[in-house]
Amino acid sequence: MQPYDYVEIRVPAKAQYVGVARLTITGLSTRVGFTYDEIEDLKIATSEAMTNAIQHAYNENEDGEVVVGCALFDDKLEIMVADHGKSFNYEETKKSVGPYNDKEEVQFLREGGLGLYLMETLMDDVKIHRGEGVTVFMTKYLDGERGDTVEERTVSS
Amino acid sequence: MNLQVQLVEEENSVQHFKIIGEIDVYTAPKLKEHLAAVEKAVGMQAELDLSEVAYMDSTGLGVFVGFYKAVHATGGHVKITGLNARLQRLFNITGLGSIMDIVTEEGEDKDATV
Repeated sequence: MQPYDYVEIRVPAKAQYVGVARLTITGLSTRVGFTYDEIEDLKIATSEAMTNAIQHAYNENEDGEVVVGCALFDDKLEIMVADHGKSFNYEETKKSVGPYNDKEEVQFLREGGLGLYLMETLMDDVKIHRGEGVTVFMTKYLDGERGDTVEERTVSS
Repeated sequence: MNLQVQLVEEENSVQHFKIIGEIDVYTAPKLKEHLAAVEKAVGMQAELDLSEVAYMDSTGLGVFVGFYKAVHATGGHVKITGLNARLQRLFNITGLGSIMDIVTEEGEDKDATV
């Protein structure tokens, strides 16, 4: 396993804390070495995942927490957003995340509107895990090469 | 983090709103409230200036889509102006750029949104 630095921020599942997490993402993305445009992509993707988590908590009338876990690698930034703060373990959760299946995706789209679409477009890889709660696992590579294939696919579709 | 919506001017029945700040899940309801207060005016010609929007995500797009639909339902028109490259991209990748009447800021300076 590649070495990485791990930074986690836990906030109440309330809308006013999304901007706070965005500031953290800005700082960490800068640390990894992303460009201005890539940092904006990371901010939007993270906010979309948090928005979904917060709206879910609001609908369920829960006083939950949202965990944003960031793993800083030499060549990429992995961001996990989990809406089940109490039972969150980065390594364990990462193991249980697999390719997302179409059924889950459609359901998620219905709840989140354009949110998931934006996450998938702005990040190089997005996986969603439904277990105790919803965990979104997103990766953005520093070189951006993998991102180009995603954009090509989007344009042609 | 805050958001302001200002009715800048009203001439020839064109209502010109300037939106200033960040639009996200926290501020979008406030934006929606402001726009909902005016969207029922029949045949309204609205212009939304986003040149001072520092951040926006799908929550903002959702509000603008709702406003656009409501104004069009009464025979009005919505024009969105002042988009920087970032916001323009957001409208384009979601397909809204080709649906809504959008004017991109000319001679844009990327640094202006930092």
